[in-house]
Amino acid sequence: MDIGPLSNLKNLNQERIVLIVAVLIFVTASVALPGFLSAPNLIAIVRSISVLGILALGMSVVIIGRGIDLSMVAIMAMSVAWYLQLLGNGVPDQTAMLLVLAGVLAIGLLNGFLVAYADVPAIFVTLASGSFVFGYVRSQLISSDAVPVPEGHWVALLGGLRFASIPVEVYLFALLSGAMFLFLRYTKWGRYVYYAGDNPIAARNIGIPVRPMLVLRYVLAALISFVAGLLTAASLHSINTRVVNSNLLYDIVLVAVIGGIGLSGGKGGVRNVLVGAALIGIMLNAMTIIDIPLLYQNLIKSTILLFAIIVDGVLNPRDEQTAQQGDI
Amino acid sequence: MKMIRTFLTAAAMTAATLAAVPAAAQDPGPMTYSEALSGKRVLLVPMAMGFDLAQGWAAILEHEVSAFGGIFETRDPNWSVEAGAQAITEAISSEQKPDVLIVMSPDMNSYSKLMKRAQKAGIYVLLIDNPANFKPDAYIGSDWTQLGRLEAEAAIKGCGEDSSKQIGLVQGDQVNATSLFQYAGIMDVMAKNPGFEIVAKPDSNWDATTSRNVTTTMLQQHPDICAIIDFWDGDATGAAAAIRDAGMQDQVFLVTTGGGEKAADCDMIENGTYGAVVMTELAQESYNMVTIIKYLLQSGQEPGTSSPYIYTLLKATTKADLKPDSCWDLKALQAMNAD
Repeated sequence: MDIGPLSNLKNLNQERIVLIVAVLIFVTASVALPGFLSAPNLIAIVRSISVLGILALGMSVVIIGRGIDLSMVAIMAMSVAWYLQLLGNGVPDQTAMLLVLAGVLAIGLLNGFLVAYADVPAIFVTLASGSFVFGYVRSQLISSDAVPVPEGHWVALLGGLRFASIPVEVYLFALLSGAMFLFLRYTKWGRYVYYAGDNPIAARNIGIPVRPMLVLRYVLAALISFVAGLLTAASLHSINTRVVNSNLLYDIVLVAVIGGIGLSGGKGGVRNVLVGAALIGIMLNAMTIIDIPLLYQNLIKSTILLFAIIVDGVLNPRDEQTAQQGDI
Repeated sequence: MKMIRTFLTAAAMTAATLAAVPAAAQDPGPMTYSEALSGKRVLLVPMAMGFDLAQGWAAILEHEVSAFGGIFETRDPNWSVEAGAQAITEAISSEQKPDVLIVMSPDMNSYSKLMKRAQKAGIYVLLIDNPANFKPDAYIGSDWTQLGRLEAEAAIKGCGEDSSKQIGLVQGDQVNATSLFQYAGIMDVMAKNPGFEIVAKPDSNWDATTSRNVTTTMLQQHPDICAIIDFWDGDATGAAAAIRDAGMQDQVFLVTTGGGEKAADCDMIENGTYGAVVMTELAQESYNMVTIIKYLLQSGQEPGTSSPYIYTLLKATTKADLKPDSCWDLKALQAMNAD
């Protein structure tokens, strides 16, 4: 009986800690900040993290399979910039789309192939391919940092699309989350991702096609990046490739990891992404309403994240297995 | 007879003039000019080569520097402070040092020491567009405080006397001089217009998506806002998206600042996305650089001797005073160097 509270405390994994922190901030903000708990603001919160969340979904699949994809932001920005540039140059929409899709697939395949068959660590492969994609597209295919969406093009119309006054990217985020959840939880291939991430050698020994599956994950991440890029352009009516140099990439990894997806692979799921994204979204929104300067926002954000990681470290000491294989 | 004499006189005069031609050719100008300038290296290190201003400067500088027989080069740090620092360091220590280094500094301090070192190494340093804590051989760019004042005045005019008089800001960040001085200029004007107030001032970190998110929040918290000033046209597309999404285009007057490129600024004023843009006269600014380069290379003075401010004329442009030549066209400018 006496150990009840203690065992409850032991149940507090990182995901739950982050959820509790998110709920605490949410409740505090609802009480203290006028206008926080209004329908438009709640929609704005979900919308502000939709693209980030979609990217984090792609990243999670890769991380769960014990990899990482640092080329996602480059693929997201550069594929769409190239697409818009082609349109601006007068290339027919279908041709442009097919060309860009082929490019996105090629990079996903290249990432996957190098990691799976050439056995190069994912962190190096994707770091290099990300730089390559940025450098090549920026220098050879587009003429300036910002590429506008042509007037009246469907991408611009997509950005204005609302159902029940909720922006379309929120639905897409929900849809992709649902699809990813079903894939990871209920399909054979989805379960394989966990097996391969948890113990690649054992997974291979029992006959799972570990390498082709690896390639598939990087292709998936590349395609998801393209979708995220289209949504960004849809809302802003242009894409600025400068985003490749921003800390968006770290934010994506952050959303996945803070929600409790271990970088050592084999752990976590869509729920973790949602929790991580919710914390970031609520926090940023509340701080914007209070009008806290960016410098302090970053400080507060990192302090809360550090706090969650420390609490997790204290409550869930590292076991023998993680200690041996390391995180990443 | 008289005719013949006239002819003879004319012939004699012509002969005299022809004889004098060698003397006229000894105008010392061209010689001095070409001795001082030909073969001189000019290196431009902007924050990135990929945006309108940098491409505009580079196009004009290349045209002019190659015309006087110099060598024009650029480095592209692609928004990375470290890459820019490395480019400057390499330029200082390279065998073929540039004679003139043109730097667009990412913040007040990062390059200060490096630029001092460049001057010690005998390189003239021109600071452009972004001020820094350093005495360059000339600062060529905008008076950012004045730019802020013009933005605030445009916003106040856009709001009108019968409005809510609430203005929102989307700042850049808290380290870049352009952001800090713009803010100071805006507050200057606000102090003189007591009815008007700044109701929120989030940062975009120069990112369009962040600008959209903070503007969305700002419009929800302060639904009566009549004008928003976003500190750069590079991210003001985000603020514009938030205003569009909220269906408040008719209520909110969006003011921003930019390099005056057609697609980035004038087209956006034309279609009503921006209410007013405080624009830099890019061509004038670039020719100011050219003039200072020509002056310094002939002056014989040590680098760091004097430090003048060469401000470019600023103007807030609205749809009402938009003219065909209000903006410059990047494509046309780049075509200048095509042949």
